[in-house]
Amino acid sequence: MQHLGGETLTLCYQCGTCASSCPVARLTKRFNPRIILKDAILGNKEKVLNEDAIWLCSSCFNCQERCPQEIEIADIIYALRNMAIKEKRAPQAFIDMASNLAESGRVVPLANFTIRRRERSGLPTIMAPDTDALNKIMSATDFTSILEQAKKADSQ
Amino acid sequence: MKCYALYLGCTIPARQPNHELSTRKALTHLGINLVELDKATCCAPPPIESVELKTSLAIGAYNICLAEEQNRDIITICGGCFQSLAGVNARLKYDSHLKKEVNHILAKAGKEYRGTQQVKHYLQVLTEDIGLPTISQKVVKSLKGIRVASFYGCHVLRPSTLLQFDDPERPQILDNLVEATGAQSIDYINKKKCCGGLLRGYEDDLALEIARDKIVNVYNAQGDCITTVCPFCFVALDIGQLQLNRKFNESYNIPVLHYPELLCLAFGIDPKDIAIDNRRIKANSLLHRITYMSEH
Repeated sequence: MQHLGGETLTLCYQCGTCASSCPVARLTKRFNPRIILKDAILGNKEKVLNEDAIWLCSSCFNCQERCPQEIEIADIIYALRNMAIKEKRAPQAFIDMASNLAESGRVVPLANFTIRRRERSGLPTIMAPDTDALNKIMSATDFTSILEQAKKADSQ
Repeated sequence: MKCYALYLGCTIPARQPNHELSTRKALTHLGINLVELDKATCCAPPPIESVELKTSLAIGAYNICLAEEQNRDIITICGGCFQSLAGVNARLKYDSHLKKEVNHILAKAGKEYRGTQQVKHYLQVLTEDIGLPTISQKVVKSLKGIRVASFYGCHVLRPSTLLQFDDPERPQILDNLVEATGAQSIDYINKKKCCGGLLRGYEDDLALEIARDKIVNVYNAQGDCITTVCPFCFVALDIGQLQLNRKFNESYNIPVLHYPELLCLAFGIDPKDIAIDNRRIKANSLLHRITYMSEH
């Protein structure tokens, strides 16, 4: 876990403030941030990366805000998702959003009917993002190859 | 008056142009100059952080570079974009090692992040640059008597160490701005809790269950409307009510208005000019009440 976001993980003493602050954990047993941290500390990599728990975080940052040890819990969950994707275990919804970004520079592309609706309301034309520049950034961080691998795994 | 580079993000211009319309109108009505941030990309929010964290930081920094080139501070109109860009800005300003790493990536795209500009959400601009008294003075149709359930969402408030927006446990900015229109900002249970919006599209049932909690609490507190500052909260609570009504045979009917829409109504801007009909839960009875009150 020597990964961006993972540096504070080992400070966890399992108090459970995260779980009691979590809007998802109060509704389902499938997600509990305290247990994700415990498994990550114990090195239960297969369990953490295979189960769908890490994908159920709603990114509300309540846990991170309230953690008495100032552990970056939400960021750790992103880091775990990064690892899962590298092992080609990514939910389709995430692959789709990442693909949109790579293709158009936007997670939510502009549909033609929206462009017309914007014109009718007198809103200015939106200049397309510089996808060349964006793709250079994505190649430099390996985002492009990670996404391609994840797509391949998904189509198999 | 202050001039800002307007960062639109993807969701608002593509899915909720009416939100963009009311935000532009409210801000320019108050004398804020908005300059387009051409060629801006997506802010690389949580779904992109989930794929590769450093890419997300670099893309956020890339967009800040575009504003640095204009020598302008950024104004964001989406809670998610605010968290992404203000978060990156704070991280890179205090972590020189990370800044160096990100700049190494940005160099491939011919950019360099300097850290000279601020990233603000429009609620901060309204409070800090304009001020509550000026906003109140511009109100021509007081919203007095309207019980508004203010909802901050998550991403303007947290993580507070990076965003420095307001007290994450007892925020006041939005409540104060709502009250500047003459309306009453009401308390309700779990006011600061998540709307479940980011789970939509991946875990729809769970997302709706989280949103339901919010809607029930506003209903029980007798809110006349909900006001949001983030497009995801808007969808979760507006379309969410329609879904709850269909799925569980319930009959929620609480209009959800973005804060700038509320502001435009209080400024006497014609509801048609801000496309007020573009929502699932219609605001007609609320609009009638506001018109009736201003005429009597």
